[in-house]
Amino acid sequence: MKIALFVTCINDMMFPRTGVAVVRILERLGHRADFPQQQTCCGQLHANTGYQDEAMPVIRQFVRTFQGYDAVVAPSGSCVAMVRTLYPQLVGKDPDLAAAAAELTLRTYELSEFLIDVLGVTDLGASFPHRATYHPTCHGMRALRLGERPLELLRHVDGLELIPLEGAEECCGFGGTFSVKNPAVSGAMLDDKCAAVLHTGADYILAADNSCLTHIGGGLHRRQAAPRPLHYAEVLAS
Amino acid sequence: MNAAHGKGHLYGPARFERAARTELAKPQLRENLRHATHTIRDKRAEVVDELPDWEQLRESGRAIKAQVARRLPELLERFEAAAVRAGATVHWARDAEEACRIVTGLVQETGASEAVKVKSMTTQEIGLNEALEAAGIGAYETDLAELIVQLADDASSHILVPAIHYNREEIRDIFRQRMPGAADTLSDAPEELAEAARTHLRRRFLSARVAVSGANFAVADTGTLVVVESEGNGRMCLTLPDTLISVVGIDKLVPSFADLEVYLQLLPRSSTGERMNPYTSLWTGVTPGDGPQRMHIVLLDNGRSATLADPVGRQALSCIRCSACLNVCPVYERTGGHAYGSVYPGPIGAIISPQLTGVAENTSLPYASSLCGACNDVCPVKIDITDVLVRLRGQAVDSKRGSPSAERVAMRLLSWVMSDPRRYDRALRAARRGTAPLAALLGGRRTIRHLPWPLSAWTSSRDAPLPAAESFREWWQREQAQRGETP
Ligand code: SF4
Repeated sequence: MKIALFVTCINDMMFPRTGVAVVRILERLGHRADFPQQQTCCGQLHANTGYQDEAMPVIRQFVRTFQGYDAVVAPSGSCVAMVRTLYPQLVGKDPDLAAAAAELTLRTYELSEFLIDVLGVTDLGASFPHRATYHPTCHGMRALRLGERPLELLRHVDGLELIPLEGAEECCGFGGTFSVKNPAVSGAMLDDKCAAVLHTGADYILAADNSCLTHIGGGLHRRQAAPRPLHYAEVLAS
Repeated sequence: MNAAHGKGHLYGPARFERAARTELAKPQLRENLRHATHTIRDKRAEVVDELPDWEQLRESGRAIKAQVARRLPELLERFEAAAVRAGATVHWARDAEEACRIVTGLVQETGASEAVKVKSMTTQEIGLNEALEAAGIGAYETDLAELIVQLADDASSHILVPAIHYNREEIRDIFRQRMPGAADTLSDAPEELAEAARTHLRRRFLSARVAVSGANFAVADTGTLVVVESEGNGRMCLTLPDTLISVVGIDKLVPSFADLEVYLQLLPRSSTGERMNPYTSLWTGVTPGDGPQRMHIVLLDNGRSATLADPVGRQALSCIRCSACLNVCPVYERTGGHAYGSVYPGPIGAIISPQLTGVAENTSLPYASSLCGACNDVCPVKIDITDVLVRLRGQAVDSKRGSPSAERVAMRLLSWVMSDPRRYDRALRAARRGTAPLAALLGGRRTIRHLPWPLSAWTSSRDAPLPAAESFREWWQREQAQRGETP
């Protein structure tokens, strides 16, 4: 199986360790993921902010880069949701692109989907002796319907104590440019999320998206609070 | 043909982000909203879970409305013919002004100087109370929550519970100060408040000769109108006065009587969390000697045809105004309805208001969402609200293409960088170099408290991280080289 890693632009620049974690996890399972270096971004920032024309060249670059792979795996619920749910709506005007994108959509997976649905594994032999809580993130939960998948993987991690997060299904207030365009509302949503995370008494706050984690982690950091943000792939790789 | 856009109470004076800031500064409001929306959303979830065929019902609800959108002109004519046959008079109003003019004229014809009203968002949309008042006609709301809002000289803040932003003590004070005949000793016990309102409204019902209503549904086959309510005050309005004027958006149509079966299951469970709503009134034309003897139906467009023209956005017209999306919306929960500046707040308001007025007139509302999708999941007619929001954001940006904007320059530049791997690679390195001195200054810390504009908005409530010392692609190249493979 030819597997490509789509590391996403945010991870590439800010959180390379998440990408490394995915490479290590797949290696441990005996797979070699390729990292096509032409990759840049999925175009979500542009599309969600209303710059759909500007998103098109970025989407084209994405489709070009990942054609020819059996599976594209990304450690980001929201970028995979962009490819799966928004590409079909956006590429409609260009029939060639639409056909290629539609095909790619079927082969693009969030990490936990790929591990459980495609590779059929839940136990990665990881060990992480800490207390952690898990925030499911909106795109993972509602756009991709990841459900229990990430938690199922985490439950097999040795020594990890998972503490339930109250109001887990509520948005943390990030929403891409929403947090810049409506900072006050976003901040109010973040307040409640931080309070819920603190309430768990966990050492780590885990999620499937570093963007949401940056937001929540930034809020906790501002409050000088202890829980540290960490992508769940990094726990699985430990 | 380009249909005209709507007018009326569909936008406020301030953009959403500013209005929201004002509302956010009211802790009591936030507490009231949080309590109320969480109570209703929990009740809804409970009764929805009881129905094994809920998803099929939603699908039917969606499909019927999609059919209505396709056949609207034909169904409207069908409705008109049936209503006229049953003895009603049908009027057509292109926009808010025309509708107000028609209704005012109809009231004046009766010689009455006041009218009772049963909760109707459509009349709020067109600003009917103000129009009637300007013509010297008093319009009195009879729905309890509407009455509270009217007495307080306030605007409604929720589709179903217009006074959701008040708690009981606040309502007691409004009654004591503003309701004719209310005792100074009135307490905040729900029974006492309800009794005071009942006494007050009784007098109005018994003297009113004209009533103005809305409708939840309009049945094309039979010309029947339907109002769904919980207090029975609506029924008094619909049966006691001599003249009944119903203002109905053309989106309220359903093809046949049997379709009501679907919506009368979907609506109460989604809106109040009840299995069945207490009062469902249906009326078809006039019946000599029973109920209103003159019956007028004003069919309102006000931007609905224009909305219908957009293949993605038109699904907003399927809305049955249950308000379930408001009760789960994290943005609505913090700001309340007033921040949206329209009679339609919350997620549905964020898509319906800009479409009715034309997006160019209302560019901040499509951004009043984090796109979390909670609204999509509860919508009983499966409107993909987030899809429509993204669509409208595109139209909002396009509507401003003619004027200069820093945001667009940034987005263009970013698109140019992101569509080419070499440019992207260089930009990554530059970003790291650019922040390297900052990183050195910060010592071991990798977070900053203040970013320059426009990212200063971000650092107003959270710290921001710095780029990593080595990007993923650099790591990959190093790793490949170590393995002796060419990167
Ligand atoms: S959009 Fe859907 S959930 Fe919201 S009020 Fe309309 S029908 Fe109800």
